[in-house]
Amino acid sequence: MTLPAPAIAIRRLSKSYGRTEVLHGIDLEIARGATTCLIGPSGSGKSTLLRCIAFLEEATSGTILIDGQPLGFEEQAAGRRVRLPPQRIRKVRSGIGMVFQQFNLWPHMTALGNVTEALVTVKGLSRQEADARGMAQLRRVGLEARARHYPSELSGGQQQRVAIARALALEPEILLFDEPTASLDPELTGEVLNVMRDLGGEGMTMVVVTHEIGFAATVGQRIVFLDHGRVLLNGTPAELFAAPRHPRLTQFLETYLDRGAAMLLKPA
Amino acid sequence: MSFDGSVILAALPAILSGLKVTLGIWVAATALGIALGFVVAAFRHFGPRPLGLALRLAVEVLRGTPFLIQIFLLYFGGPFIGLSLDPVPAGLLGLSLYAAAYFSEIFRAGFLAVPRGHVEAAQCVGLSQAQIVRRILIPEMTMLVLPQCVNMAVILVKETAVLSIIAVPEATAVISALGSQQYAFVESLFLLAVIYWGLVEACGRAGRALETRLSKFRFA
Ligand SMILES: Nc1ncnc2c1ncn2[C@@H]1O[C@H](COP(=O)(O)OP(=O)(O)OP(=O)(O)O)[C@@H](O)[C@H]1O
Ligand SMILES: [Mg+2]
Repeated sequence: MTLPAPAIAIRRLSKSYGRTEVLHGIDLEIARGATTCLIGPSGSGKSTLLRCIAFLEEATSGTILIDGQPLGFEEQAAGRRVRLPPQRIRKVRSGIGMVFQQFNLWPHMTALGNVTEALVTVKGLSRQEADARGMAQLRRVGLEARARHYPSELSGGQQQRVAIARALALEPEILLFDEPTASLDPELTGEVLNVMRDLGGEGMTMVVVTHEIGFAATVGQRIVFLDHGRVLLNGTPAELFAAPRHPRLTQFLETYLDRGAAMLLKPA
Repeated sequence: MSFDGSVILAALPAILSGLKVTLGIWVAATALGIALGFVVAAFRHFGPRPLGLALRLAVEVLRGTPFLIQIFLLYFGGPFIGLSLDPVPAGLLGLSLYAAAYFSEIFRAGFLAVPRGHVEAAQCVGLSQAQIVRRILIPEMTMLVLPQCVNMAVILVKETAVLSIIAVPEATAVISALGSQQYAFVESLFLLAVIYWGLVEACGRAGRALETRLSKFRFA
């Protein structure tokens, strides 16, 4: 029996900024159709790892395979890494959508304009076709009625849902989220997390960097705990959060007591 | 000496022609300054480093010397390097270069002020570098620099008066000549002040109206 190739396969991935290495040979496989939550202390390298997967950062060494296809660089027989031609890079990247902490909507375009931009300029769809698809994605995140609003006219939660619709419009295989609710008021995080929960339910492959431990524990099928640029723990929520717990994870969870982790720390 | 408004009425045709030259040079120099300033900023932001350094030097020289000296040098020094220009073209060229230096700095700061994440979001949905410049950077930068551009246009109206020293027949030259011929210095200077202030006010109002219309595009 052959196992299906993982959605993302990361091998010996290292990343340095100048002389400081911040990721130390990460080996990680991300399962298809599952929600994987990346947790860990501040500065442990979560964003860096996610940005490497989005190819917003170039790893210093190691490889990333998206659906079996090398992203950015290919490892050759002699262990040398060669940069792939831009076309191939873009092809592989097109299977990946990214949602940022700061939303990063383009302020001079409406919600619909943000969602359809790449459909028109990159995919070459007609305005009508792009609008139809864009509206369908906005409906998916519950924002049909706000299609003609500009980002400045939307709440933070609505902006983030538009950003999710923008990523979905290109029909990616994988969606990456970097602390999607971290810059939202508490009462607005729910609407974004609900959209993400629905996407997970539909079988979207998602990698979510989050400090929402409650979300990670309930929606995440896999939890990866990063510490000092290494994968310290990788398992199901039940495995990770059940006692006996790894002391570093306990220490980490204790600092997030006020952020929904309390329930996990109660003695069973 | 009493304030005599009739002098002004009698010379109205001459005054209007001076006003026309002022307006023409101002609008043309602003437009050329914006166009050239944009090209310079784009080369400094995206172009090769040596070119960027050369442009930076040119910009610093233009920003670091008085416009009066620049226009003197261009008009009286130009012929020594084979550049003999009539007053109006010399004035237009001089003011445009001066404007371009300042506009290029405004645009350069504008490019730097567009959040990195907006560009990264565009990369993530597959826009090419050229598409990012055209669809994201330029429109966002324009929103950011609009107030400074209006401010610069206002400064340029006032700088057109400097062109009177190389005998460009603009408002200051025409009206102050009139003042000396008719011994109506106060009247002519007063009129000039009113004219420039009127232009500055109109420009400021137009700028604010534009900003209000575009305010919904502001950064969220
Ligand atoms: N552009 C950069 N240049 C230099 N160092 C960087 C850069 N980006 C990140 N780092 C460093 O890399 C390490 C990992 O940072 P990263 O942002 O990936 O952490 P994180 O786990 O996402 O933290 P947080 O929870 O605070 O977002 C940190 O020590 C950080 O200072
Ligand atoms: Mg981070």
